[in-house]
Amino acid sequence: MKFTEEHEWLRTEGEIVVVGITEHASTQLGDVVFVELPDEGITVSKDDEVVVIESVKAASDILAPLDGEIIEINEALSDEPSKVNEDPMGEAWFFKMKPSDPSQVEDYMTEDEYNKLIS
Amino acid sequence: MAQALKRTPLYELHCELGAKLTEFAGYEMPVQYSLGILGEHQHTRTKAGLFDVSHMGQITLRGSSYQETALALEKAIPMDVLGLKVGRQRYGFLTTDGGGILDDLMFSNREDHIFVVLNAACKDSDIVHLRTLLEPEISIEVIENRALIALQGPASETVLSEFNSQISAMKFMDIETLSIAGAECWISRSGYTGEDGFEISIPSSAAEAITRSILSKQEVEFVGLGARDSLRLEAGLCLYGHDIDEETTPVEASLTWAIQKARRTNGERANGFLGDKIITQQLDMGTYRKRVGFLPQTRAPMREGVEIYETESSKEVIGKITSGGYGPTVGHPVAMGYINSEYEDSNDNLFGELRGKRVPVKIAKLPFVPLNFKR
Repeated sequence: MKFTEEHEWLRTEGEIVVVGITEHASTQLGDVVFVELPDEGITVSKDDEVVVIESVKAASDILAPLDGEIIEINEALSDEPSKVNEDPMGEAWFFKMKPSDPSQVEDYMTEDEYNKLIS
Repeated sequence: MAQALKRTPLYELHCELGAKLTEFAGYEMPVQYSLGILGEHQHTRTKAGLFDVSHMGQITLRGSSYQETALALEKAIPMDVLGLKVGRQRYGFLTTDGGGILDDLMFSNREDHIFVVLNAACKDSDIVHLRTLLEPEISIEVIENRALIALQGPASETVLSEFNSQISAMKFMDIETLSIAGAECWISRSGYTGEDGFEISIPSSAAEAITRSILSKQEVEFVGLGARDSLRLEAGLCLYGHDIDEETTPVEASLTWAIQKARRTNGERANGFLGDKIITQQLDMGTYRKRVGFLPQTRAPMREGVEIYETESSKEVIGKITSGGYGPTVGHPVAMGYINSEYEDSNDNLFGELRGKRVPVKIAKLPFVPLNFKR
């Protein structure tokens, strides 16, 4: 698993990369009450704003970590945004993407490096 | 260099109990505790939440008699101060020359003086303003040696009665001096959550001990500013600096219920307050815009600053959200703000612009939750 400075995690499954936010990020956000997901099938560039998360405190964006295509979104989060607090590293993934350049994943932090960043 | 943040007498208790702290109005204040904003909000609505509001300004006004003090204060606020009975409190606001709102406040008749509670962010300028208007006939004392806490929610009466049995006899907006654990407390049955509850002014030296005893009751949780905001928003109550300010008049802000008959056209003491011309004219003739509730029609919260349009493509901005977010008791986003008066009673879908997209929103009646005051 790889981690971004924006507190996203990336899990590679074959040609696909699954993206979510870290436990640390979900704690910092507070109770999540709304998640707006992108459309499936759209092509995105790295750093495009693709997801909006609203907690009781504020709205924040999730940026596309890679260039590529959004191939699947986690619709369950629209109905149950609180899953982001309950299981951020598992059930509450946001989207799956097919990167146009899979090597971009390697630019991101390892778990150890990420833990250092947030400690 | 930035000024050091001020702390309330309960600061160390907040830290000990794991509060997440934030800067608010120059104070280091708890935004939430371990229960979290949602949990603290729900707890207040169903049981009892305890808030530290010691950052708010507490002042007393004293003239040669209550009557003299009341008539003097009536120059600064468009409320009937003279007609307020001993032991009663009212909501009010300081007005500007232009009819805007300088701050909103609570004031009470304490027999030989008036006790006023002001917003933390405005208190210093309010005091200067009041001194200019009222001194030297009225002496203004700033109470710096008292903490202020609020116990809010349906269990408040039961909890506080354990400390003093006279609590139960109090009605909404009564204020009395009562002893709690041997300390002289000024207690009013009021608050800013829409729930029954009490605001308790405590000598600073006794504040931590009393707060700990109240917190030790099973029904009570400490609640931070985060939930305080969602509670007051659902209750349709204004937050100064957001929903009301010097640019909004009380009539535009739908606060005319707080201006008693005695101060209106044909009242015994009509006018005679700052901004009276504009406010009286608006009371009689109406305004171009009004503060209303907004109910977003999707699950996306509409927050402060979101602009309102009539249709999905219309160009003219017809309103603006001044406070908004998720309403935990409503279970849905709620908001308030201003709308051009012609749309005030609209039942149609209007549109708020969220991240470049027009999202449907309807005008809603305030409050969003029933008010549970013990009248």
